[in-house]
Amino acid sequence: MKKEKTKFFSTGLGQLTIPLVAIFLLVIFNLIRDPSFFGIVLGHNNDGNIVLSGNLISIINGASELAVLAMGMTLVTAACGGQDISVGAAAAIAGSVFVKVLKSGGSIGGGKVLIAFIAACVVAMLFGTFNGTLVAVFRIQPMIATLILYTCGRSIAYWINGGATPTVSSPIITAIGGFIPGIPVPTPIIIVVIVAILFKLVFHFTSLELFTQSVGINGSAARLNGINSTFIKLLSFIILGVCVAVSGSIGVSRLGLINHETLLLDIEMDTILAVAIGGNNLGGGKFRISGSIIGAYVIQMLTVTLYAMKVSSTDVKAYKAIVIILLVVIGSPVIKSRFEKLMSRFKNGRSEISAKGAGES
Amino acid sequence: MDSKMQESTLLQMRHIEKRFPGVLALHNVDFTLRKGEIHALMGENGAGKSTLIKILTGVYQMDGGVISIEGENVSIRSPQDAQNKGISTVYQEITLCPNLTVAENMFIGRESGAWIKRKDYEQRADEILKSLGIPARSTQQLGSCSLAVQQMVAIARAVDMKCKVLILDEPTSSLDDKEVNMLFDLMRDLKKQGVGIIFVTHFLEQVYEVSDRITVLRNGELVGEYLTEDLPQVELVAKMIGKELDELSALGEGEEEKESVKEVFYEAEGLSSSDAMPFDFCIHKGEVNGFTGLLGSGRSESVRAIFGADKVNGGAVKIKGEPVKITRPIDAMKHGIGYLAEDRKRDGIIAELSVRENIILALQVMNGFFKPISRSESEAFADEYIKVLNIKTASRETPVGSLSGGNQQKVILARWLLTHPDYLILDEPTRGIDVGTKLEIQKLVLKLAEEGVSVTFISSEVEEMLRTCSRLIVMRDRHIVGELKGRDLNQSQVMKTIAGGEA
Repeated sequence: MKKEKTKFFSTGLGQLTIPLVAIFLLVIFNLIRDPSFFGIVLGHNNDGNIVLSGNLISIINGASELAVLAMGMTLVTAACGGQDISVGAAAAIAGSVFVKVLKSGGSIGGGKVLIAFIAACVVAMLFGTFNGTLVAVFRIQPMIATLILYTCGRSIAYWINGGATPTVSSPIITAIGGFIPGIPVPTPIIIVVIVAILFKLVFHFTSLELFTQSVGINGSAARLNGINSTFIKLLSFIILGVCVAVSGSIGVSRLGLINHETLLLDIEMDTILAVAIGGNNLGGGKFRISGSIIGAYVIQMLTVTLYAMKVSSTDVKAYKAIVIILLVVIGSPVIKSRFEKLMSRFKNGRSEISAKGAGES
Repeated sequence: MDSKMQESTLLQMRHIEKRFPGVLALHNVDFTLRKGEIHALMGENGAGKSTLIKILTGVYQMDGGVISIEGENVSIRSPQDAQNKGISTVYQEITLCPNLTVAENMFIGRESGAWIKRKDYEQRADEILKSLGIPARSTQQLGSCSLAVQQMVAIARAVDMKCKVLILDEPTSSLDDKEVNMLFDLMRDLKKQGVGIIFVTHFLEQVYEVSDRITVLRNGELVGEYLTEDLPQVELVAKMIGKELDELSALGEGEEEKESVKEVFYEAEGLSSSDAMPFDFCIHKGEVNGFTGLLGSGRSESVRAIFGADKVNGGAVKIKGEPVKITRPIDAMKHGIGYLAEDRKRDGIIAELSVRENIILALQVMNGFFKPISRSESEAFADEYIKVLNIKTASRETPVGSLSGGNQQKVILARWLLTHPDYLILDEPTRGIDVGTKLEIQKLVLKLAEEGVSVTFISSEVEEMLRTCSRLIVMRDRHIVGELKGRDLNQSQVMKTIAGGEA
């Protein structure tokens, strides 16, 4: 009986509870502050397209790069029990390659954009393989292994375009970073949906999810069941590489230029936070990609809310830190188990009272 | 006489009690150590040796009992406290710093250490090393010494801290024969100086070579204290496992002689791994055999070599007469071999995953990365085996870590049964689980054998193996020392072979 009760509460307090509650509170807070905050407007932009705009759209749109990276990071975290801190630097490299190929003479057509994207993917996957080899083969801690690329990544990006910050102007690039004519939803949002669907498909058609979780939870047992844990870890870094290329390309397309110094700067920490807020164990093991996506939106909504409250951009980080500390502490196992105890006591007390009441009547 | 006895008593532990949640780890255990004595502490896994040592070194606090040192009652609150009272421990793994010099290692972390000049303590270290005959220089990096010398430096450190009681916890398990002899010489030296040494090991020969007295524990209780010369090896084994010799010979004649005429399924010649010495082994179709021997005798290491769980170094393996190469678990699995590991928590369950996911894991790996078992199919598999093996779980989606030990073990059994193996290796499948489940597992093993599955069964409980196996391979000190079948398959014969034949 008692067991059933704890079971009930542990499912009641599932992995997604904290991020969903966080989003809910942020929404309520904003609605109280400004009832029209989440108003969505259908209007025309400068190019004459019909587009959706408003704070909600800009939050979801702005979180796109973060959401894509968080999906890949979730996989690396689950398999390796550590994080890749080089994703921002690697995205700068991928973005530089993307631009380099686009600028390689001739007009920018659809085929060329595709080739540029594939080139960015290949390069990012190679760097992912480098990180993954250090982690999976040489057993270096992920944070140390990826510190190398974190440190030198933006220098490599600098070399690719000879130190320049070239601009690319093409309707296709504008469409990727903004709106496709005729579709009112910003393209980055659509890309996030596509990446999420791709993950879902990979999990459906391969055993990636089961194997990754097994390797992350109990590497020794996974090995004795014939799982090649080196391969699984390496694969997680390569998949993250694809995510890096996608978010780097989105970032470049948004601005229409590559700035190797500022593109997706400091995004690695937000990415790791998104994974953590999503209720995933940073020590590896069980994971939910959806949690990390919601985590990314929580972070972005928080940032936008703070800006909307006219908090200066230098102060935003401090306020963000406070909220994030709260979220992480609330999500910690210590608080969770206390809360569950409290809830079960509350529940028991109530059932006792109702039992008494029933007895009396 | 009596007063002389009192005088020479160094350490006395009386009526020691220690409780862990749900387990009585030590019950009414007495232990006495005299000056200038090497005292072996013996017992199988879970007998309470390490709990007793940890109480003595202040790691655990006892729940009842009295400890006295040189006649004075003491309470030991922390490892530091133990050290101050003259109790030092040298563990199996070297706990010193390999990148510091020998002298630094000997003096680091001691009260006056910071104020002594380097020259002074190096000189002092050299003196100690010389007096103990340890072949090392004080200025040498510890990491450059052999493991045995490192261990001896650890002992020298302990000795210099005026230790009266020296605990050596499995000191010889990573040493070769020559190094073991060096260590024994040092132990005999210290004994002459009046140090009392508690020697914990599972190598029986070493106990007889060096110790004066033996105390045997079993299931958290004291079996007795004996003079080494009065206790033949075979009796020691019987006391550790828990059967008196007479009782053993009275049992025995139960098994019928079954000659295997069936074909050989698996055959290994000179198979060796990073952890197992070369050995020959074969198993017939539908045969149940077992590896037996004390803990550390190499029984688990041998079956791990068969499955490719450790790095396989050499040997020729044939399955159904065809030569095959098995170097990784996946190779073994593809040839129809399943392996239930000894350590369920470390090598078996994926605790946070559901019962369903744990059951399908091995089959999924064999099917391959790109052929996932569909959700509905995996649910059907899980439901089937939950029913067949009577696994008690709230649902098939319950995390396996929240099940009881016996049910976790059944989940892992289900995992391997689902792969429909031709040969199943079960290493301690019944350890730490309740009696009812034990019997179920034994019955299952016999049923599998009837269906033509070959099974290798390992258990610490000899009775259990006698009941299920038709052939027993006996190991001692990492070598196969005997093979028993038919009429020889009785407990006293097993004990004799484990202990080394002479009774």
